[in-house]
Amino acid sequence: MGQLRFTPFLIPMNKPLTPLLWLLVAVTGAAAVGGIALNRGESINALWFIIAALCCYALAYRFYAAWIASTVLMVDETRATPAERLENGHDFIPTDRWVVFGHHFAAIAGPGPLVGPTLAAQFGFLPGTLWILVGAVLGGCVQDMVTLFFSTRRNGKSLGQMARDELGIIGGVAALIGTFTIMVILIAVLGLVVVNAMKHSPWATFTVSATLPIAMLVGVYMRHLRPGQVLEASTVGVLLLLVAVAGGGWVDGNPSLRTWFDMDGLSLAWCIMAYGLAAAVMPVWLLLAPRDYLSTFMKLGTISLLAIAIVFLHPDIKMPALTPFIDGSGPIFGGKLFPFVFITIACGAISGFHSLVASGTTPKLLANERDIRMIGYGAMLLESFVAIMAMIAATVLDPGVFFAINSPAGMVGAEAAQAVAKITAWGFPVSVGQMQLLAQQMGEATLFARTGGAPSLAVGMASIFGSVFGESLLALWYHFAIMFEAIFILTTLDAGTRVGRFMLQDMLGNIWPKMADTSWTPSVLITSTVVVACWGYFLYIGVIDPNGGVNILWPLFGIANQMLAAIALCVATGILVKSGRLRYAWITAAPLSWLIIVTGTAAYEKLTSPDLRVGFFAAAHDLSDKLAAGLLPAAKTAIAPQLIFNLYLDAYLTLFFVTVLLLVVLDMLKVSVNSLLGRPVQPLSEVAHTPNRMTEQQLAQWGRD
Amino acid sequence: MAEKLRRLWQFVRRLSGDDAYERYLKHCASHHGDNALPLSKKAYFKQRMESKWSGINRCC
Repeated sequence: MGQLRFTPFLIPMNKPLTPLLWLLVAVTGAAAVGGIALNRGESINALWFIIAALCCYALAYRFYAAWIASTVLMVDETRATPAERLENGHDFIPTDRWVVFGHHFAAIAGPGPLVGPTLAAQFGFLPGTLWILVGAVLGGCVQDMVTLFFSTRRNGKSLGQMARDELGIIGGVAALIGTFTIMVILIAVLGLVVVNAMKHSPWATFTVSATLPIAMLVGVYMRHLRPGQVLEASTVGVLLLLVAVAGGGWVDGNPSLRTWFDMDGLSLAWCIMAYGLAAAVMPVWLLLAPRDYLSTFMKLGTISLLAIAIVFLHPDIKMPALTPFIDGSGPIFGGKLFPFVFITIACGAISGFHSLVASGTTPKLLANERDIRMIGYGAMLLESFVAIMAMIAATVLDPGVFFAINSPAGMVGAEAAQAVAKITAWGFPVSVGQMQLLAQQMGEATLFARTGGAPSLAVGMASIFGSVFGESLLALWYHFAIMFEAIFILTTLDAGTRVGRFMLQDMLGNIWPKMADTSWTPSVLITSTVVVACWGYFLYIGVIDPNGGVNILWPLFGIANQMLAAIALCVATGILVKSGRLRYAWITAAPLSWLIIVTGTAAYEKLTSPDLRVGFFAAAHDLSDKLAAGLLPAAKTAIAPQLIFNLYLDAYLTLFFVTVLLLVVLDMLKVSVNSLLGRPVQPLSEVAHTPNRMTEQQLAQWGRD
Repeated sequence: MAEKLRRLWQFVRRLSGDDAYERYLKHCASHHGDNALPLSKKAYFKQRMESKWSGINRCC
């Protein structure tokens, strides 16, 4: 164990003014959170959300994270990191902490923190906002930081490997299977979000399709024309993307061209599957890597722009604090406030997926252990802030408009008049004229039933940007926002398919070693097809489901993601107990317990609830009965058998997730109890202490450039 | 001011990986001496890209 140090990166407390300053931050934060939580009736300004979030984050970072780093983890800045010990100029490279922070943030923050809060806004602004703040500060950030720390102490080992080393074979296998299934469901639901944003929208479809040749052009540029000129190539790419956004408007205005890009949901779903397969088989340099550069630039740029616009404009929130839908009757997804708000917002509060990045590339770049707090805890705080901004962008819309965009046709009816009547009857007035005007302003034929969060977020972003930069550009901003979301959804989609392919090749390699050869074409083709078929199936069902597949898929994704988080927290808790830090083990055991309660309850409701929009079995039985009695309309009769099969499949998948979670928790408890009783357990796999050779001047140099 | 802009530019290049090859050459010079031949720029970026995309590097 390294010695306990009160590390110098903490702000010194000996200045007499500092405690007063922190007291002021605490009082301001408490006032802002209280103002948000107790506000009823009168509209509240978005600035309060920003202030509440920033104060919470500052306090948590300054006190909780610093305490965990120095007292619980005993971060030791005299210890050489893997990047220093194993430096090879390729993957182990000691790197300036701001650069590592940038890479880590770009890797963890995808479309998740934008979609989840938008969907959860159906409960009102309050539940989601509080969970994003509390969940991140006590759960997500802690998970990311401790995983990064433990992986750094183990030469950058992956979560699966750590689970196997520290807990045993069950933990290792669970992490592997968990990662694979979460990937499949994540890709399907993200694909569905893109489909819902592009269906019958020639502008959006053209712009998103144009990103592919643009990425390939950038790929060829970086590989062959000017190798390694990353900034040059990316600048060209970003400019072309902006041209593609404007070009989409021109295509949309051209009567013959627009029919080429006017597609229904199912055709788009097939296109996305074909694309996913092509992207998984194609060389990375051609499509994946260049598009990832573009998406990272767009992501960092747009998020900064959104933050500036929200602060500059400080719009009023129009959504009430709580809506009647907390009783479980919500149109976007069924289920009560507890536990479903905690399942719907995973990314932005606590996301298990992060533990894979925190135990992958990032630990191999750390120059010094003292950067762990900033990168592990800090980057997650920033993602949480992105989630808060998504919540603001969703709730500045008129609630009526928000529900009109996000409610699936199966819920409110396919006709505009029918839909607005129903939404108005819920107490959220909206008119057909209002929706038509909005659609026209955004350059779309209709905005009804675009479930999934991307379009309503784009409308929110467009109206925020539009009021800063001029209303005339609304349609451009809308499609810019759609392109921005689609580009990194597609990056997640094909990077995920690729990772899924590697995992499958690895697993099959145990049976037939030849399959593990990642460059053997038959193996590549077979495994890629299997992975695409897995998520393609869920995407297909999601598209044909009249209730909007988001209702089924997003909670399933949430459960899977929280299960992965629980596995990461189990590994961390096990290590804390084994290394004699039982009295601090609550820092991971507390969020773990909460996740077990939340995922357990959600899974239980998904399996047993009699509510047709919540319980899988109830819905399956209801549909079978109606089908047998001939009560279904013709269109639904044709797809009913597939929907019924899918409901059963989802039910067993949920059961499987909970079983895996329980096995890992029991495994962790067994290891912990054995360790406390002095019985033999797997030894800690921490690498021995080597003093670091970097001088303070060298580290200061790192910090400077 | 000029110094600040230069540092900012350096930071952007570092963050985007634009200067990765220069740093690799420096690493080779300081760690392996003159006798080891460093990779060409094209080969270096090829290898870098392959290792980057063989694991999980993007989340939800």
